[in-house]
Amino acid sequence: MKSDFNIYMSGVGGQGIGLLAELLARACDYAGLTPRGCDTHGLAQRGGMVTSHLRLGAAHSALVPEGEADLVVSLERTEALRAADAMLREGGSLVWYDACWQALDVRRGENLPVRAEQVLAAAVLRKASAFKVLRDDLPDSRMQNVAVVAEILKRGIVPGLERGHVEAAMADLMSGSTLEANIALVRA
Amino acid sequence: MKEMGSMLLRREAFSELAIGNTAIARAMIEAGVRVASSYPGSPTPEIAEALRSIKPADRPFYFEFSTNEKVATELAFGAAINGRLSVVFFKSVGLNVAADSFVQLPLMDISGGLVIILGDDPGANSSQNEQDNRHYAKLSYCPLFEPASAQEAYDMFKKAAALARELRSAVILRLTTHVCHAKERIRFDAWHPKPVDDRPLFDPDSSNYIPIASAVFPMKRRALERLERLRLRLPLLGFDRVVDHGNAKRGIITAGLPFASLMDALDSLPEGTAKPDLLKLGAVYPFDEKLVLSFLRAHEEVKIVEELDTLLETDIKALAYDAGLRCSIRGKADIDELMGECTPAKAKRVLEAAWPGLFPAAAPRPPVADLPPPRPAQMCPGCGHRSAFYAIKKALRPQDITVADIGCHTLGHLPPYEMGRVLLSMGHSTATASGLSLCNDSRRVLCFLGDSTFFHAGLPGIVNAVYNAHRVLLIVMENGTTAMTGHQDHPGTGKNFSGDALKLPIRAALEGLGVQNIREVDTYKQKELTAMVVEALDEPGFKVIIARHPCMLKFTREARRKPGWGARRVQIDQGSCDRNHECVERFACPTFQRDEDGRVTVSQDLCIGDGSCRQTCPASAIVPDA
Repeated sequence: MKSDFNIYMSGVGGQGIGLLAELLARACDYAGLTPRGCDTHGLAQRGGMVTSHLRLGAAHSALVPEGEADLVVSLERTEALRAADAMLREGGSLVWYDACWQALDVRRGENLPVRAEQVLAAAVLRKASAFKVLRDDLPDSRMQNVAVVAEILKRGIVPGLERGHVEAAMADLMSGSTLEANIALVRA
Repeated sequence: MKEMGSMLLRREAFSELAIGNTAIARAMIEAGVRVASSYPGSPTPEIAEALRSIKPADRPFYFEFSTNEKVATELAFGAAINGRLSVVFFKSVGLNVAADSFVQLPLMDISGGLVIILGDDPGANSSQNEQDNRHYAKLSYCPLFEPASAQEAYDMFKKAAALARELRSAVILRLTTHVCHAKERIRFDAWHPKPVDDRPLFDPDSSNYIPIASAVFPMKRRALERLERLRLRLPLLGFDRVVDHGNAKRGIITAGLPFASLMDALDSLPEGTAKPDLLKLGAVYPFDEKLVLSFLRAHEEVKIVEELDTLLETDIKALAYDAGLRCSIRGKADIDELMGECTPAKAKRVLEAAWPGLFPAAAPRPPVADLPPPRPAQMCPGCGHRSAFYAIKKALRPQDITVADIGCHTLGHLPPYEMGRVLLSMGHSTATASGLSLCNDSRRVLCFLGDSTFFHAGLPGIVNAVYNAHRVLLIVMENGTTAMTGHQDHPGTGKNFSGDALKLPIRAALEGLGVQNIREVDTYKQKELTAMVVEALDEPGFKVIIARHPCMLKFTREARRKPGWGARRVQIDQGSCDRNHECVERFACPTFQRDEDGRVTVSQDLCIGDGSCRQTCPASAIVPDA
């Protein structure tokens, strides 16, 4: 399928996947990359797995086909592992924020929590580059999504996407001190 | 920061990144809609969210959330027979609620024009089924159009609205989840507001509006003739499209979202492969028979790819039979093709089943080992429903029967609560529970109902339980909002879409309906709630407990915006914690995390410090964060 670049985002309802998706879509739009995307809405947002699709270029459908994501972005470790299995293309990139929001099976002691090493091993299986993000300097945990965007920019993972595009997108979506704090995060 | 409200009201043509639902809101403004109504339900509520972004005084037309989809439909109909261009929108299963009035609409002379926007949900992303509402169009003789993208949804709405006005009828614009939520840069036209003409035009002397007995037939004839007139107009509407790959052998006929998936699938074919031609229908009922016949004639084999049921397939096969065509028409290959959304991957599988060998074999993909089980949705930290389920479970015997209803509280059916074990539809719970109580010599019956659903469809079941004295305990889970669909107001909140409104307290409504046994409690008072349920379950007749706590997701979001807000949390006093694991295993607030060695901690990202958990710890080890 002839999309030039497929991005698949995942996380847990409440982590800010919606803003991450809107930010990346707008930034790619500023970069002239012709974004087309789709978010999860409704029931699953309540603490379940939340996903978002973003395709750049000549795609027709807004949905990234299984196994064809050039970039998987996850805001949670368990979901990073799941997305690496289902969506990550061989030779793609995986950027995840290493938060762990345990699902019920782990909290009830039925399964052990996923370890970061499992995510790295999944990336190796997919011959993908993997970048773990975990920061203790964020003024607000709700900025984990932008911390991940900062990593994507630093590594130059999305061809044609630059910091200026992300900052322009931020100015569309935020204002005041929130905007300043998030711009500072991608500039650092 | 870009304000959606001012974007929607721009006069000049422009383009902007937007989802299908937002684009529909702009299309409604450009088309000169005067009245719109809805009941919230995924995938459509963002149409209303877009309208909400416009300041009430600047809104170009009247909009309301009505009490349910039937009321919303009747409201839009009333406005439309008075000459106002009107719109009603709701989710797929909402049409079942609206159906009693909806099926009458095509019989009527609707001078203002009425557009019904359906948010169908192939794949059941957030619905109790994935019903194919195209059946309703055929059942009632109501024209139905179907876009494949957000841009097309915008373009098609405007044409559909003009057509509804011209034909003096109702028409359906059928969207599906990933058209509603698809995001792309959309080209919007200029908006030239027309002068408002609010002269009421309802005229029962020029057209009959009472379809009773033999009066039905002229009305039905008019509906059928209207369809035939429309069928002749279809080539001029530009809703259909042929993608010609010059393939005289193979063709595909499709409609709606599968078109995009099929285009992606065909784009993935190796260079040099003969791509099947495509006929994409935008007008689905009625469809352009001449166009379909000429496409069939031009191909030896035609595969029909439609999401869900076989409406096009059945009609197209009949058409080909009547025309004596020899083209081989391939419909659904198996049950799987009747189910689920037609994603790009599925489109590939469907084509491969029709034409084996079309796609090169995919390289095997090794699975990741030790994948975690799927992550179910769950109630939010601090959710009052969690306290309610935890407390009510303590009052029940294992054999008692609990009946669910629709709302966030449906999630109570999941472990560890397992409360509310049968679900049909909005508002079903009281009557289903009443039935379960009959000819039942031992098991007690309890049911749940949310506050928005109470007004939506809960009332008749309650009246019935009062009237026929059914021995049922109803728990009204009142969180003061329509939480699941994005916190819309309802008649019990004291607000409507336009501002302050008369508040209809649930207790007063119950008393008015003749319920005599009513209790009320805040769900955080778990011991009190448990005791109430123990007491009420063994009382005769119909009983109600209003179990109330504000939606904490909404509460916390609002609190964060207020000056002086500071995060609050609880923590585990590791000295007192005896690892009884009540908090992680049975109360199960997602805030509590369990280490590999069984130690419990509190997630700093999740905890909102509501403290509803503290009463559940037998060791009193959950303490406020210092």
